[in-house]
Amino acid sequence: MQEPPAYDVKTIDRRLFDFMLHTPKWFFTTSAGLLTIFGAGFVVFVTMLYFGLQFMGYSHPVYWGFLIVNFVFWIGISHAGVFVSAVLRLTQAEFRRPVTRAAEVVTIFSLQAAVLFPLIHSGRPWRTAYWAFPYDFIRGMWPNPRSPLVWDPSAIFTYLTSTILFVYVALLPDLALARDRAEDPVRRWIFTVLALGFRGTSRQWRIQAIAGILLSAIILPIFVSVHSIVSWDFAVTSVPGWHNTVFAPYFVIGAVHSGVSAVVTAMIVMKWAFKLDGYITADHIDALARVLIAVATGWLFLLFLDFSFGLYGEESAEVDTWMQRIYGGAWPILAPIFIITSYIIPVPLWLIKSVRRSFGWMFATTILVNIGMWLERYMLVIPALERKSSLTFTYSEYIPSISEGILCLASFAFVIVGVLAFCKVLPVMPAADIREGALLSTELKIGRRSVPATLRE
Amino acid sequence: MSSIKSATDESASRAATVAGGTTISEEERRAGFGHRWGMSVDIDLCTGCQACVVACQTENNVAINEEQRVTEKRAKSWIRIERYWEGEFPNAKARYLPVLCQHCDNAPCEPVCPAWATYHNEEGLNVQVYNRCIGTRFCANGCPYSVRHFNFWNPEWPDSLENMLNPDVTVRTKGIIEKCTFCVQRINRARRDAAQSDTVVKDGDISPACVQACPTNSLVFGDLKDPFSKVSEAANSDRAYHLLEERGTGPAVVYLKKIDPNATSSSEEHHG
Repeated sequence: MQEPPAYDVKTIDRRLFDFMLHTPKWFFTTSAGLLTIFGAGFVVFVTMLYFGLQFMGYSHPVYWGFLIVNFVFWIGISHAGVFVSAVLRLTQAEFRRPVTRAAEVVTIFSLQAAVLFPLIHSGRPWRTAYWAFPYDFIRGMWPNPRSPLVWDPSAIFTYLTSTILFVYVALLPDLALARDRAEDPVRRWIFTVLALGFRGTSRQWRIQAIAGILLSAIILPIFVSVHSIVSWDFAVTSVPGWHNTVFAPYFVIGAVHSGVSAVVTAMIVMKWAFKLDGYITADHIDALARVLIAVATGWLFLLFLDFSFGLYGEESAEVDTWMQRIYGGAWPILAPIFIITSYIIPVPLWLIKSVRRSFGWMFATTILVNIGMWLERYMLVIPALERKSSLTFTYSEYIPSISEGILCLASFAFVIVGVLAFCKVLPVMPAADIREGALLSTELKIGRRSVPATLRE
Repeated sequence: MSSIKSATDESASRAATVAGGTTISEEERRAGFGHRWGMSVDIDLCTGCQACVVACQTENNVAINEEQRVTEKRAKSWIRIERYWEGEFPNAKARYLPVLCQHCDNAPCEPVCPAWATYHNEEGLNVQVYNRCIGTRFCANGCPYSVRHFNFWNPEWPDSLENMLNPDVTVRTKGIIEKCTFCVQRINRARRDAAQSDTVVKDGDISPACVQACPTNSLVFGDLKDPFSKVSEAANSDRAYHLLEERGTGPAVVYLKKIDPNATSSSEEHHG
């Protein structure tokens, strides 16, 4: 299945560090464009600080909107990194090697984008410190531990910390490589500090490898817990359509679905942008697409469970919510778009081998998945508030405002700019990991066929 | 406007109930802890005149709902009259349902607040602490009655009305949730008055603005723990029910259902 790596150690280093050392022209224009969008979002945020949340599309019972949808969406995307690197590392999947760094970086920046949203969306963001960081011990002003919004920051910050640690441990050998190759003294000094004296002795390698495996194992429960806790933001309230026991697994697997798709998109873009042909190959895309077929189908099953749990109780409020999700709202067209883009188009296409191995097709289908998964979060959050109780007098519709759209775009710009900046400053491809893979891989002769294989001690 | 920001309802209530033992006598304290405030709403008497809405608006410094606020569904009213139509034209009948904060025993809004800005006090009131509120609006999502209102902006009154604001009630700033307090300032005043005259608060001493304004006495306020109070009597009535009872929120507001003039005697017998 897997193509044997075609490069010797020197070429690996040169190709992988190319973007760090030489800046292509498109980098500046792209960054400037994205930073402008991010700046627009910042302006909206400051305006909201001063004038209150009147520019949002909220109305009387619908008090959560686009910002919470974005929050859940970005938390979902952030699940890709750990899934791809920790799960695939523990299962010793060889195709993960060039993919891990990209996935982890996407995780770090999407988590930060996610954290921004509950802050922006709260009515008095400057007071939100009470809730996330209860520092006011003397007056005994503690946050309410029964609230899922208190569980949220602890889960998310644990996840963010452990992901950064995880990335850093994996980065150490590459930082050392970058230090050795840096010509610019400032850059060399920075890399010297960051590399923590990594010289590649066998003891250091052993510690680095053990730390990586340990962190992979420790991070997995966090990975499952984060999106479960985010789902409890909804599931533990008494809102019909939210109050559902299946939410935690449903959210986690939906997160993997959207997250792995986002990683595939990011990998393809990196391959095109950084010219990483030979490192990111059709094999990698193919393998991830196979994972995605299984994940997406599991997700569809849980979606069906959510739907049937809602209707099976025959509770009028639940039924109203599902009616609103499918037929109602400002745009009733969203429900069909959601299911078509998140499952009906991509998954059958991934069953075709030539689609799985085509970068163009995979780019298009994974983008579609994320459009669908964004809409999924919209369908989850908003219609339930529009039809909150059987008091029909308080039925309402949510129509997002331009400000919310700008904030949404700004979060995308933030994540892309963050990933770009990371790739510019730090090695985008895990060079040491790829080297290790190149050293371990060999050809096995089985009968008349020669099969690429990986040798381990 | 900002000068009116005196002590919050919450702090006033705590000062009167649990603060320094020297200022509050034991008897007062007993009187203070022994209540479960409640209200009964007789649907049969409600004419939908909206007097309660206006009275509440005035008493509690609720911002004025201009036309635009209503059309964009951001109008604030701590008590609202829901109007439902029954029957088809020409025999359509308007049915009115006053909805205010139900001060639930098992309130869905309370556990979800991360900042503990809303909690249950000793007298069964669901209290909103404006100073602690950070505006996550989670409570407003949790509330099945949709009686919690968010301040999208700082409230403004025409100059002529500025001096009419009630000094006993905080003017809420932008970015926080507000809701019906059962006129906690009136409850506290009644308790203080009773303490000064060495008596206890009696049934009927306290009436929130909506109850006071109700021309048909559809709204009745009182202590649910006092078995002889009017509101206890209403709660024990055959007509009593709770709004959205199936949600298990344990509301303190009792609704008395409409008496059906067309009910046949046979069905009454059947039920009786």
